[in-house]
Amino acid sequence: MIDWQPLLLTLKLSLITTAVLFFIAVPFAYWLAYSRFKIKAIFEAVVSLPLVLPPSVLGFYLLLAFSPANAFGKFLDHYFNVRLVFTFPGLVVASVLYSLPFMVHPIKSGLKNLSPSLKEAAYTLGKSRFTTLTRILLPNIRPALLTGIVLSFAHTIGEFGVVLMIGGNIPAETRVASLAIYDEVQAMNYHVANMYSLILFTFSFIILLAVYLFNHHFSKADPLQ
Amino acid sequence: MIKFKAHKKLSSSTGPSQLDVAFELEQGKLLTIYGSSGAGKTTILRIIAGLTRAESGYVEANNEAWFNSAKNINLPAAKRSVGLVFQDFALFPNLTIRENLEFALQKGDDKKLLDELLELMELQQLQHMKPGILSGGQKQRVALARAIVRKPAILLLDEPLSALDDAMRYKLQDMIIKVHRNYKLTTILVSHHLPEIYRLSDEVICLEKGLIQKQGKPSVVFTEQKISGKFKVTGEIIEIIPADIVFIVSVLCANEIIKVVATASEVKELRTGQKVMVASKAFNPVIIKLGDS
Repeated sequence: MIDWQPLLLTLKLSLITTAVLFFIAVPFAYWLAYSRFKIKAIFEAVVSLPLVLPPSVLGFYLLLAFSPANAFGKFLDHYFNVRLVFTFPGLVVASVLYSLPFMVHPIKSGLKNLSPSLKEAAYTLGKSRFTTLTRILLPNIRPALLTGIVLSFAHTIGEFGVVLMIGGNIPAETRVASLAIYDEVQAMNYHVANMYSLILFTFSFIILLAVYLFNHHFSKADPLQ
Repeated sequence: MIKFKAHKKLSSSTGPSQLDVAFELEQGKLLTIYGSSGAGKTTILRIIAGLTRAESGYVEANNEAWFNSAKNINLPAAKRSVGLVFQDFALFPNLTIRENLEFALQKGDDKKLLDELLELMELQQLQHMKPGILSGGQKQRVALARAIVRKPAILLLDEPLSALDDAMRYKLQDMIIKVHRNYKLTTILVSHHLPEIYRLSDEVICLEKGLIQKQGKPSVVFTEQKISGKFKVTGEIIEIIPADIVFIVSVLCANEIIKVVATASEVKELRTGQKVMVASKAFNPVIIKLGDS
């Protein structure tokens, strides 16, 4: 029988990461989509970095940053009593950064593809920016929101390099499924590794399939999308 | 009373130009802004609505300053009492027709107005549908109704009827007249359809490259004073063909093509696409009823 702990941990990490990411990414994507600031390009580049960097690079720098031996880690440790190295909260922070482009990009392009007159119409009807965002803009980019949520979720499930660097593979604390598979292979337990892999494989496939089916149905149901 | 003065750089497909326009509009009047594309018509509406900022000038509605560059006043769009009907209607696809109208209600507004508007615009049957499946004319009516829900100080209509066929256009002109009078609105319409302008407007401004060329009542602005014809229609030249020593000019007036004979010297000033007036002085036109209309 396999140990379910790593799978549950992966699920927990992915859910928390996705939820945190959603609330960070919506205002951020809104800003990227509509701001006319020139420095916007810098932020766009930073958001996209996790797409091209090896996860170990990101993990390495986060490890340095979070380490209590260095300024930022010391600051967190000293003032907030928070330690992010080799802990579950550290994994969440790292995962949020690592999956940022997967949430921000779909939401940003969803907003950019909306006709600007929708936003302007809401303003001329006396509505604030916040009401316009929650009642008009977000409901009209539902497929983009769903894509962002699912991609971030699935991407967090598949993390390896970052969680290894920052989490350190501690059982029941930071040993997620992808690390467990690696461990089992190292220990020549191919059967257990196969069980984990198969579960992750099936699970990921089913979520992606559900998204594509839903978005397909949605675009058919609403000709304006 | 609406007071407007604005200066702004325009960049259009025909190259950069300057918008430099000032006008006043009395309460309850309907003003049409007429001009070729890129003349700055939509920009004027956007400046009034607060969606575009003018470099200098002022916008004042019923003695309330909405924009004043000298006093550094610039109310955001949401704080200005305007109703704007967009060229692309801008109906919210996620809301039903009724919800689209409801969205425009402010806190404490009476919901009875919704039913009244839905009835006036003949939209009761459609009120629980989403905008995606409506025809152009139906969307237009929803957009018009939604713009009026707030009982705006100014109703702004940006070429509202340009995408409609003639029958629908006529019906919607009726509706615009109806709501304009019913709710005592002050309305600014952007249009380049002459029959529509004649029918709807109290006053018209002809805009060219950002400047006002002519201003006044439509009958004065669009017709030269020197002709006192008994029979006048306006239209657009669609063809000029030489025939022996004269030319045959085909003019499209509403749905009809009128062929007029012109001499070579007269044709010199004409080109296809030009707006012209066809007048006849020598004959008495006769009116004959057509079917059951």
